[in-house]
Amino acid sequence: MTETLTDANANPVGRPLRRKEDARLLHGQTNWTDNIQLPGTLHMAILRSPMAHARITNLDVTPALKRPHVVAAFTAKDLGDLNGSVPCVWPVTDDIQMPGFPALAVDKVRHVGDCVAVVLATDKYAAADALDAIEVDYEPLPAVIDMEAAIKQGSTAVHDAADGSHGTNVCYEFPLKPQGDGAFDAAVKAAGDDVVVVKRRFINQRVIAGYMEPRAVVASPMGMSNEMTIWSATQIPHVLRVLLALVTGLPENSLRVIAPDVGGGFGGKLQLYREEILAVQIARHLGRPVKWTETRSEDMVASHHGRDQIQDIEIASTKDGQIIGLKVDLIANMGAYLQIITPGIPLLGMFMYPAIYKMPAYEFNCVGVFTNTTPTDAIRGAGRPEATYAIERIMDELAAELDMDPMQLREKNWITHEEFPYTTVAGLTYDTGNYEAATAKAMDLFGYDALRAEQEQRRASGDPVQLGIGISTFTEMCGLAPSRTLGALKYVAGGWEHCTIRALPTGKIELITGTSPHGQGHETAWSQIAASILGVPVDDIEVVHSDTGRAPYGMDTYGSRSLAVGGQAIKKAAERLVEKAKVIAAHQLECSVDDLEFIQGAFRVKGDPAKSQPLAAVAFEAFTAHNLPDGVEPTLQAEATVDPDDFSYPHGTHLCAIEVDTETGKSKIRSYVAVDDVGIQVNPLIVEGQVHGGLACGIGQALYEGVEYDSDGNLLTASFADYLIPSAADLPSFTTDRTVTPSSTNPLGTKGVGEAGAIASPPAIINAIVDALRPMGVTDVKMPATPENVWRAIQAGQGGAQ
Amino acid sequence: MIPIAFDYVRPGTVDEAISALAAAGEDGKVISGGQSLMPVLRLRMAAPTTLVDIGSIAEMKGITDGGDHLVVGANATHYEVMNDALVKQHAPLLAQAAGTVADPAIRHRGTFGGSLAHADPAGDLPTVALALDATMVAKGPNGTREIAAKDFFVDYFTSALEPEEILVAVKVPKLGDGWSTHYEKFNRTAQAWATVGVAAAVKRQNGTITEARVALTNMGPSPVRASSVEAALAGAAATTDAIAAAAANAADGTRPTSDLHASAEFREHLAKVLTKRAVAQAAGV
Ligand SMILES: Cc1cc2nc3c(=O)[nH]c(=O)nc-3n(C[C@H](O)[C@H](O)[C@H](O)COP(=O)(O)OP(=O)(O)OC[C@H]3O[C@@H](n4cnc5c(N)ncnc54)[C@H](O)[C@@H]3O)c2cc1C
Repeated sequence: MTETLTDANANPVGRPLRRKEDARLLHGQTNWTDNIQLPGTLHMAILRSPMAHARITNLDVTPALKRPHVVAAFTAKDLGDLNGSVPCVWPVTDDIQMPGFPALAVDKVRHVGDCVAVVLATDKYAAADALDAIEVDYEPLPAVIDMEAAIKQGSTAVHDAADGSHGTNVCYEFPLKPQGDGAFDAAVKAAGDDVVVVKRRFINQRVIAGYMEPRAVVASPMGMSNEMTIWSATQIPHVLRVLLALVTGLPENSLRVIAPDVGGGFGGKLQLYREEILAVQIARHLGRPVKWTETRSEDMVASHHGRDQIQDIEIASTKDGQIIGLKVDLIANMGAYLQIITPGIPLLGMFMYPAIYKMPAYEFNCVGVFTNTTPTDAIRGAGRPEATYAIERIMDELAAELDMDPMQLREKNWITHEEFPYTTVAGLTYDTGNYEAATAKAMDLFGYDALRAEQEQRRASGDPVQLGIGISTFTEMCGLAPSRTLGALKYVAGGWEHCTIRALPTGKIELITGTSPHGQGHETAWSQIAASILGVPVDDIEVVHSDTGRAPYGMDTYGSRSLAVGGQAIKKAAERLVEKAKVIAAHQLECSVDDLEFIQGAFRVKGDPAKSQPLAAVAFEAFTAHNLPDGVEPTLQAEATVDPDDFSYPHGTHLCAIEVDTETGKSKIRSYVAVDDVGIQVNPLIVEGQVHGGLACGIGQALYEGVEYDSDGNLLTASFADYLIPSAADLPSFTTDRTVTPSSTNPLGTKGVGEAGAIASPPAIINAIVDALRPMGVTDVKMPATPENVWRAIQAGQGGAQ
Repeated sequence: MIPIAFDYVRPGTVDEAISALAAAGEDGKVISGGQSLMPVLRLRMAAPTTLVDIGSIAEMKGITDGGDHLVVGANATHYEVMNDALVKQHAPLLAQAAGTVADPAIRHRGTFGGSLAHADPAGDLPTVALALDATMVAKGPNGTREIAAKDFFVDYFTSALEPEEILVAVKVPKLGDGWSTHYEKFNRTAQAWATVGVAAAVKRQNGTITEARVALTNMGPSPVRASSVEAALAGAAATTDAIAAAAANAADGTRPTSDLHASAEFREHLAKVLTKRAVAQAAGV
């Protein structure tokens, strides 16, 4: 499905162009943060806590100073005011508990991997070796690991109260009751006898981002004038610059943050990490570049984790399957500290539990809880995979209770395409969607009826390998978000995006974006959008990004926002550039602006095609400025900063058939159909890649991945030998397709796609496994659905049936 | 994940390697393909001060016909073993199992000898060596000795090799006529170690199993022979029912651990299911 654009007349938007960036990436012409070598660099190594919760009773770094190549070593006390604290920029409630999060632990450590001391050496290995010389003693404290135990009165507190008294582990409690407190019970009561209520507890387990490139940072005070240059393997160079200025007190205008090639993020690099603060502060203090590249083992304990929710969910419907209410109670694990948006993550799911379904009553409550575990924060989907999992799982449970086909139950309750725009029970207004069309296409590709027939036949013959069918008719909210809405949710930033486009004198185009790609192919897609408006070849556009020195304005890349929001800024900037060029071209062609049309990159006098002026010629004129119309400034460039009107609501229907070996508990995906509606596709090939990657991520959570701690708070899944991520060999060949229902709130008609696969797929997988085993008495299987978890569910189901 | 500093020597002969090990004393360590040792070093779970790289010792390479057995050089990689014509003909069980190890990159570097010397309870090849009654040829300061597979795997990550001994080659008996084999590996992802594995070799005469050998991976500190299954199979009918009945004893005498991939209880269950499947497959029923 790939093609190379040869026909200069064709609109590049919508074409599956191969990614511009791939040749460079695949040939190793890359510039990762760890590749950056500056003269005089000191390598930082970090002593991390081996204990989940302990008082530091003795800490002496001086023996490390005697080791070869060591230049400095610091504890929190040594750093004093330089020991910055990681800020949380999403205080979700007025009375939220926001304990300090010092870069180096002060007095107490609160999770395995907490930073205790640092060593700086001229050699990376010497720095690591010298950690052994640091003298440290801990007095162990009880580890708070279990979330439900943590919120009980009398539990050991992860943090003391602000006044020094015994604290509570409740970080915050956030209710959303659009129809009032008790609306769910009232709806059930009002239904009288005609009601079925299904209640379940689902566990959305903790996951690790697992990007290929581990975290890395280089901070150099050796820039021009007072500049401190920071290279970081981050998703958010712009946000990082602001946050680092706030945390360190360094003037923001002296900080330059560059995210060079970044090898994946998945939300895990949407962060201000304590290691970044340390590198900057120590570089400043010592006046030398400081570099830190973590090991995989460090990443497992100290990069933020995601998910980790206990979900109590209750759904009520009439006996013929009309949903009358939904109630959700969450306990969400914050971990030991609040990272930048930790408390807000479960609340990103808050609006999504009602999903695509119509219902009159909805209640939601979330309790955020501290534990002695690695802090949590955004990981691909952030809050929405959890919501989608719970609602799509319980829809299947309700269908089983009603003895109804699960797809029929969905059809009966979903918003029909005629009903858009539709304001949901949670208060969101979905602009467009067509669940019927996506489902029809998916059902067609899947062969639903034939698979159901095979399922019957395997059941009848008692085949040890049973077949199950899983459905996920999902939607999500992404493209975060209108700044006003973010403000209302107490998020301390906006959701706008910026673009500047420059037509250079030689005819080349420089497109400066505030998004920060780390694998998403923005260079190609952004060029396609601009090329379609400017009429220049895609290859004549160079996309500049991820360097606050060259691309000063931006809100970076996360939450499937880059195209949904950034795309709008590109469109507007390109249109503005054409407007300005038109004035110059009219002057050159001695006609009025209204007489000109802009076709295939050239201004033409209407009705006189011989008289035309290509954009490049206009750009050159704007450069020489020899003959510009009065009042027109030299140079040809335009910029736009766009705040989106609304969130983006992609949706889709995912269907999955799984063969479950009932003897071993092993699940094998037989087929997986994903029909996504992401609106207009700028580059279908990139969309395809995002869908595939998202599916791999979601299937990873469903079948393989899950962070495990022991009761002392030791991370058991501390390497990729124990934290299993699927590879291509474990995944089926996906059948993917799209329906196209353009967004009406987005001028390009696009919607986000980066997270869709990860959000949609876990319930499709688990629904399929449960569907296969339901005759054996199985009504749930814990994620990840490992062979043992499946086997135990079968044992329990059969025990229950006896 | 940064190893501590170490010295590195790369001898050209077995004798030089033994001298180098002796010279290094307690903190010397052999490195072959490095596929198990490097992760251990990087995690600082071992800190040898000298690595003796045996990778270029010619006399430890290659696979030859020794008459009633094959001689597999310790340095033969998994890739060489799985594709070798002699192995495929006379010890197909070994070729099949070597093909299940990790992924192509690791199979090109990791060696048969390294796998056995490492004595990982989750390793596939020690189980096969045990099932096939292989003999290890080891050389040390006191000369060469032969160690039977059943005496070679002592405990978790512990073989019968002395610190200054090198595993030079492995004698793998040829299976005669009437034998057929199967290795059944159960793992969570395609490239993962075995949660449980079963190596089965079955000798069939008409409708009867005359002799069977069954060895289990990851069912204890070392690979074990499922002797009660072997006893039950000897003389049993080559039928699904008879095989299932025999396989029901597969967990007898095993000591599996509980870890993140499976509890001991689940491993015991798996051993029975997988033994049934491995034997049935080998017996062609
Ligand atoms: C990701 C991954 C997945 C893997 N999956 C599997 C799997 O599914 N199944 C499986 O069986 N294995 C698996 N392995 C292990 C792999 O098979 C290793 O190659 C093998 O275990 C060790 O062989 P080596 O040559 O690399 O030995 P090395 O790593 O070099 O050495 C291992 C140990 O043996 C010693 N040693 C090596 N050679 C000799 C010798 N000739 N004499 C004396 N001592 C010696 C070393 O001193 C060291 O203690 C996996 C490894 C990795 C990294």
